[in-house]
Amino acid sequence: MTTAPVSLSHSLAAPGVPKRVCGTTGLSVCLDAQRFIKFNAVSGIVFLLLGGIAALLLALTRWQAVHLLPAEWFYRLLTFHGINMLILWILFFEVAILYFACTTPLNARLFSKKVAWVSFGLMLTGALMVDYIILAGQADVMMTSYLPLLAHPVFYLGIIFVAVGTLIGVFNFFATLYVAKRDGAYTGSMPIVTFGATAAAIIAVVTLLHGAIVMIPTFTYSMGWTAQPDPAWYRLIWWGLGHQSQQVNVCAMVSVWYLLSHIVLGARPINEAVCRTAFVLYILFINLASAHHLLVDPGVGATWKIWNTSYAMYLAVLASMIHGFTVPAGVEIAMREKGYTRGIFGWVVALPWKNPAFSATALSLVIFGFLGGITGVTLGTQQINIIAHNTLRIPGHFHVTVVGGTSLAFMGLAYYVIPLIFQRDFIFRGAARLQPWLFGVGITMVSFGMSFAGSMGVSRRSWDIDAQGVYGPAAHLWLGVLGIGGVLAFLGLLTFVLLCVGTLFLGKKLENSAMTDWGTPPALAGSQAGSLAQDHYATKGTIVLTCVFLACFAVYYFANWKALADVWPVR
Amino acid sequence: MSLRPLTSPWFHAPAGHEKLWLGLALLWCFVMSLMMPYWHFRGKQNSTGEAYRVQPADFLARTEKFVAANRVGTYKNPLANNPLLQELPIVEPPAGGDAYLTGRMWQWYPALRLRLGETYRLHLSALDLQHGFSLQPLNMNFQVLPGYDHILTITPTSKGEFTIVCNEFCGIGHSNMSGKIFVE
Amino acid sequence: MNDKPKIHPWQKVLDNPWLLLVLGVLIPFLSYTVWGWIELLLVKPAQLP
Repeated sequence: MTTAPVSLSHSLAAPGVPKRVCGTTGLSVCLDAQRFIKFNAVSGIVFLLLGGIAALLLALTRWQAVHLLPAEWFYRLLTFHGINMLILWILFFEVAILYFACTTPLNARLFSKKVAWVSFGLMLTGALMVDYIILAGQADVMMTSYLPLLAHPVFYLGIIFVAVGTLIGVFNFFATLYVAKRDGAYTGSMPIVTFGATAAAIIAVVTLLHGAIVMIPTFTYSMGWTAQPDPAWYRLIWWGLGHQSQQVNVCAMVSVWYLLSHIVLGARPINEAVCRTAFVLYILFINLASAHHLLVDPGVGATWKIWNTSYAMYLAVLASMIHGFTVPAGVEIAMREKGYTRGIFGWVVALPWKNPAFSATALSLVIFGFLGGITGVTLGTQQINIIAHNTLRIPGHFHVTVVGGTSLAFMGLAYYVIPLIFQRDFIFRGAARLQPWLFGVGITMVSFGMSFAGSMGVSRRSWDIDAQGVYGPAAHLWLGVLGIGGVLAFLGLLTFVLLCVGTLFLGKKLENSAMTDWGTPPALAGSQAGSLAQDHYATKGTIVLTCVFLACFAVYYFANWKALADVWPVR
Repeated sequence: MSLRPLTSPWFHAPAGHEKLWLGLALLWCFVMSLMMPYWHFRGKQNSTGEAYRVQPADFLARTEKFVAANRVGTYKNPLANNPLLQELPIVEPPAGGDAYLTGRMWQWYPALRLRLGETYRLHLSALDLQHGFSLQPLNMNFQVLPGYDHILTITPTSKGEFTIVCNEFCGIGHSNMSGKIFVE
Repeated sequence: MNDKPKIHPWQKVLDNPWLLLVLGVLIPFLSYTVWGWIELLLVKPAQLP
């Protein structure tokens, strides 16, 4: 009897392709992808821990009453914290998400194991180089490393390796999409989770190309081979890397919202065309807003600033507002179809708040939307930026977007990735249920502390405010809030890391049996899935919440214009 | 469905609540899109980025010339934290004229005395690294780059002693970097 | 069987990741990077009388 030839097809249905069938969902898992999801997710969580330890020390230093670190180490760990959180934790975890999104939902095999190894090897090597050189005191330049500040060449080379490695992983993603379609691994349109991941990958290409364009001449300058690039040019191109990497995060986070609301509640996009168009608006326009880092810069003019910071007339902001409606709307429809129809908000009360993946998603949505989005658009207004640039309001904004938003969503995802991909049930499930709340509350406090201190003029990236003699007790109070929030957020982060690591070593092995459910509201008697598919007015709760959001937005936005009008005329 | 390919037709126009929300959100985006151009023409606070290329040494020389021609006094720093900022010359530009401010590790040089209601062209540049011009307690913030003469056409509309903090990381003395503007 | 359902032109765009990749790279590069770069290249030398 001859064995069937191993097919060269990239469909998971083809014979001989290494795969397994998930014991919980029945979906096929590509074993190559699974291996690299594991490597990248674990690496991400390690860098999250390192960045988190730095965060605690920094928060306890900006809290003036504690003022833990000396100046040199404050600036050093601030550089370390930025790189480990905004680049390493996020990019490694996102590559893991990309490998999932192009395989299981499409029933496809990862394009190439070798390419995945090269990607992972480069990313990890670069990460270790950058972390080493920072801790060795040779790169006290902040994550942004603005010229003429100069770091050791290994700093730039390490970042180049991380960027190129990530780009290779992104190539593996696109190649998988291509061969999946070519080999007929699936028919029809890709699912929304894969579509969102594609948007993230496209933006990642733009990001990483900017990274190469800025870092290569800076590296050659640091080696003494070429002249110094112009500082204003450096800022323009660097933010093409720096902000656009955060837009990758936005896409990935929104994709995770769709994924988790689907896994936990069976939610589906209420209108696929609308949701996908929103992702396309991200693809086309969200990267323009890197300009909001240059709003009070010399050299670039008002027209360039206004057009680009507006995300092309706020079309990419519209996209966020669309997702801000469609994600909760999908949840509301799913709950109402299960029979939770009491009043406008009965479904909210019945949601699985004890399911840590769900609570992380909900917290991520609310924090990102109400706090992150509103402050971001406002601070990124050309003229309002005058009263915000380089103050602590800026970190106050991005700690609720990339931390309270993206990172919290990724933590929620881990509560399913570890059982489904690593095939281990979580230990200490009570602690897991509390963790998203602890982290979410902590980071919200950090953001409030930063934002209020910043609106009183306290600078970001500054070791000591007392040296100037111009900040009063209120500013000190808010820095204290920052400090306490930082401790809580660190505890939330540490809990998450210990839960993950502990589970990987001690969690009950699942071996293709179903994971222990975190909790889903049961379908009530007489309910029917899909019953509201044609009812376009069923989302009463969501429309009320989004209108409340819009009202908050308008109030905050115009309050800031008023605050701007109170300062000296300037042009 | 969110995790499986879509094999049946899925493309249809928005309807109901989602259409309502799209309309509201689009309207809000339109309002926001108008605000910046409106303020550019009718508002008093803008950042147009007016700038010229300059060699740091030339800018410093021009600043020294400005100090020599318009010096009116000396500011002595009561806070003993910054050896580079024990004292600064106080310089008053002519009404409606040009003032020059050099940012360098770790001071804003010189201190300025301005008159209420007069409009000045304030030239900002850096000698060594990037610095952040952050005027407190007004909380007005602008980026200052070596090689660029960043001009702010500015009108003080309040009196008093104002401190220029630096809010762009510029080395170990960064949090001590300070300057002064007195408005009378 | 030759009655394939007509696909809306916008759906054709949504279903084409390669077109989206090209547009997603081109539009930001032109609007943010190239335009910004040109602005900086056009900065004139200072007159310091």
